[in-house]
Order: sequence, then C-alpha cells, then structure tokens
Amino acid sequence: MAVLKAGTRLKSSVCSTEVMVVAAPKDDVEVTCGGAPLAELGADTPDGGSIAEGAAEGTQIGKRYVNEAGDLEILCTKPGEGSLGVGGALLTVKGAKPLPSSD
Amino acid sequence: MNLMMLLEMAAEGMGDRVAVVSGDVRLTYGELFEASGRAAARLRASELDHLAILDTSSPALPVAVFAAAWAGKPFVPLNYRLTGDELDRLLEQILPGQLITDADRVDSLAGRSGLEVIGRGDYLASARAKDAESLEREWSMDPDEIAILLFTSGTTGPPKAAVIRHKHLVSYILMSVEFMSADENDAALVCVPPYHIAGMAAIASSVYAGRRIVQLPNFTPEAWLELARKEQVTNAFVVPTMLARIVELLEGEGSADLPHLRALSYGGGKMPQSVIERALELFPETNFANAYGLTETSSTISILGPEDHRAAIVSDDPKVRRRLVSVGQPLPAIEVEIRDDEGNALGANERGEIYVRGEQVSGEYLGKGSQVQEDGFFPTRDGGSLDEDGYLFIEGRIDDIIVRGGENISPGEIEDVLLKHEAIADAAVVGLPDEQWGEKVVAAVVYKAGDSASEAELQQWVKDRLRSSRTPESFDFWPELPYNETGKLLRRTVRSRLMAG
Repeated sequence: MAVLKAGTRLKSSVCSTEVMVVAAPKDDVEVTCGGAPLAELGADTPDGGSIAEGAAEGTQIGKRYVNEAGDLEILCTKPGEGSLGVGGALLTVKGAKPLPSSD
Repeated sequence: MNLMMLLEMAAEGMGDRVAVVSGDVRLTYGELFEASGRAAARLRASELDHLAILDTSSPALPVAVFAAAWAGKPFVPLNYRLTGDELDRLLEQILPGQLITDADRVDSLAGRSGLEVIGRGDYLASARAKDAESLEREWSMDPDEIAILLFTSGTTGPPKAAVIRHKHLVSYILMSVEFMSADENDAALVCVPPYHIAGMAAIASSVYAGRRIVQLPNFTPEAWLELARKEQVTNAFVVPTMLARIVELLEGEGSADLPHLRALSYGGGKMPQSVIERALELFPETNFANAYGLTETSSTISILGPEDHRAAIVSDDPKVRRRLVSVGQPLPAIEVEIRDDEGNALGANERGEIYVRGEQVSGEYLGKGSQVQEDGFFPTRDGGSLDEDGYLFIEGRIDDIIVRGGENISPGEIEDVLLKHEAIADAAVVGLPDEQWGEKVVAAVVYKAGDSASEAELQQWVKDRLRSSRTPESFDFWPELPYNETGKLLRRTVRSRLMAG
C-alpha cells in the first residue's frame, strides 16, 4: 500500500503491463495487475508469478483505466495479459471525450 | 511524465506508421524512436547542457526534440531569422550546448567555445545510422525537468526564456489528446516555425495521436495548398496571416479543392472576422477551430470548436454571432478567471486581465522563477472577458492599453469597430504621448484595394459606435501593417512610425 502520485510509473509483476498514474486518491491505495500488486517501474520483480483468475482480460496501450469512485486514473503505457484492479474490483476503461484538434 | 513516454508509446503501439514527412524523407515512429535514442547517446556523451536548433522545420527537428528529452537536457528552438548581436545574445544563454543548424550556417558558427555545431543533414544521418551500439533504454522520468526553453521575441532588455517542464507539456497532451486516436491515413500539415509553441505542441500531439506530421518549412499559400493536396492532409494549423493569404489566393482560384482537409485550426493572433467568414465559405466541409494559448501555458487553453463556428455563422442573435471572434471555452482541465487591477474576480462581460490555472500552465521564466500565484493562477497579461456562457474574448496585451486622461482604453475595441468599415482592410490603434491627456489615441489603417475613406468619416464612424474618448485623434493610411512572421502585430513598430510622423 502506498500513496500514489500523478506521474508515477509502475509495472505489473505478473505480465508485461506498464502504467502511469494520471490521478490518484489522497489516501493509500494498492493497484493490482493480474491480481498482484504493481511494482516500481525500475524494480526487480520475482519470476514465476501468474495472472490470477478473473484478472486476465488484458490491458490496452493508451487506454485510461478508472475505479468506480472516479478518483483513480491509470494510463496504460505498455499492454499486457493481466487486468488492472483495486480492492478486488477491476478498473474500467474510461470513455474518451474527443476535443477538436488544435495543433 | 516525460515527453519520451509519448514517443515510447507511439513506437510500441504503432511503430510502422509514418511519423514525419519532409520532402522525400519519411520516418516511422519506430525509426523516430531509434534515431532519437542515437542522437541522445551522442548528446549524453558530449556532456553539454542544452540541445538547440537554429533552423527551419526538417526531420532533424522531431529527432532533436525527443533526443533532448531522452538525454534529460532542455531543448531550445531558436528563431532562425535572427542574426548578429541578437543571435549572439541567445547563443550565450545555451552554453555549453549542442547546436543543430542548416549547412550554410555551420561554418560561420563553428569554433565558438562551448558550442558544438552540427549541420542538419549530418545530424540526421548519424542519428539514422544503424551501425551504432544498442540503444540505452534509460531516460529520466522526472516530471520537473525542463523540456523546452522558448525565447520570447522581446526587443528590449536581455532575452527572456519561458521554461516549459515535462509535466506541463505532457499534462497538456494527456488532457487534450487520446492515444492513437488518429486514423492510419491522417496527416497534419505543420507550417509554424519550431520556435513557436504551436510548432512544439504539434509534434507532441501528433506523435501521441498517431497523426503523420507533414512539414512545410517555408510558408507560402501556394506551397501550403500544393502540399495539402499532395499529402492528402486531414488536419492543419495556421496563424491568422497565413489564413488571410490562403483565402486571398483562393479568391482567384475559386474553390479550396481540399477534400481531405477535415480540420483547420488557427491561433497565435487575432483573426479578422472577414477572413474567417470567407474561409468558412471556401472550406465548407472543413471543421474550424480557434485555439488560444500562450507559450507559458504549453499551448492551447481555450478552443472555439467547429460547432461553435457553425452556430455563430448562421445565428441572427448578435451575442451568438459575436462568438466567431471569441476563442471559445476553456479546455476541461483549465480554469479561467477575469480579474481587475487589484486581483478581484470580475463578472460576466466585464473586462479585465485573464488569469489561468491548470497542470499545463508553467508561467515560469528562466532566472526569474515562476509567476504563478499562491492560488495557482497565472496572470497572462492578456486582457479579456468571459460572456455569460463562458466564451472567452481576447482584448490584446494589458501593456498595450492606452491610458487617456486616467481612462483605460483597449486598442482592440477600436480596431474591431474600424475593421467593420467597408473601406478598411486592417487597423492598428496605439497610444502616443500627449501633454494634455497623458496619452492620445492614434490609428494606422490599411484600405481595401480600390477603397478609401476620409479621416473625418472614420472618426464619425467610431464616434457613432463607441464613447467619444475612443475616437482616434488622427489617422495614418498605410499600404500594410507590420507583422512578425507568426502573425503578431508589431505595435511597437506602429507606435514608433506614428511618432516619427
């Protein structure tokens, strides 16, 4: 458990998923991927972990994932086999609200 | 939060798409990523502190932007029109640094202490050479590192550089662009120079959207139209003077004949209403967007979108129609407030200074620190107002306000009225020193071809529409007004010419 900061980059410990935190609640929160807690991007992760059942829908690059409360937003920067979750519930893909292109 | 993350994702998610087209050169996202990595290795090995570019747009530009981010050094696009002392003063600021420039300048700039000068062609060739050792896939992810230093065009005092950190530019992109939202065939025509914030934003947003960048290094309306047709361009950004010249050229040709152009955005200066109205007719299928932003806000903070344009052009309601000359509504992640001289918030339709708050707002100058206030708002020094529905109207720079007999007069207000006169093509209003009033209101105007109007007639025209203190005491009639190459009216030049009589 840790307080997440916008801009922090994390990776899955059981698949190739990498993410960046876009928005996070003020309190401690533990984000998982494939059922296992995310690790710091540069950290070593033990081999042999496996994706938990029910958390294997995969992540898509460039998609933003949000929790039900709407105070956590995670951007997938590299896709993988696991699903992102928090507190046992899976995060859902945030719908894009396109703005007119301005540059 | 680093620009490199955007390119890394593009290379990972769409590595085979074409990222940039310049003449005959094409680079995919994968190639751009690798070239940036090699250029970054060279920059790191040099142990120099900045990567500057003194050149028009070329494929070396996006390579250098990302090489600097990769190596953790500020990227500094310099105005390639500068020469002599002006250029020397800027070069002093980037020492020790690496400088990419066109072949013609290499010899004259080489040999300066602390400056490694590299020709554009050599730079790109060595970045693309595949023999180099494997890429070092390590870059800083510190969001507080400086991404870009952009020197402002001030002509008095030492040069002033706006500081844009990675967190500002990346926040802007993440808040306004969806990853890979462009179609495979989408292409953005980029004709603003690298040293304009819109040129930098275009690279970052196109890379993240997956939209091919088509570079036009030297704008002419003929070249713009030809390239847009040849590359089947879907998106483009122009400054007002460019659109005015495109519209002027098309008057002779009839139709724009750009069936692929879906979106045309403009900004960087005030758009004359007659130009945008004519452009809407000439480009009936194109979505127009007016973008307002500053260097210090990492580009766009407010947009007048395509729906707003259409609603305004067909409306009989003056309030809605007037929005065609607004800059639309602030982006969702941006807060805008209008405040008076004492910093108190003003209500709808009240004129004051535009204050802005948001993650993309840097508000910082090199050596002077951040100008962002404790409440998170940045005073832009632009005057303006918000209407009751939150549409933002820009009134020009606060520093250009004329103070006549203690009364604040916005030149833009008088210029708008003059531009509505059928004989007037362009107008500039400035304050000149006056013994009685402190400042007096004076105008320089340009007639439409074949038209004219007397001074007395124009004075009456203004008097009928604005308070009498707004009536210019005298008019000068000029063949054209002085603008810089990115379409900003040079008021200082107008003022000094009028002073000289």
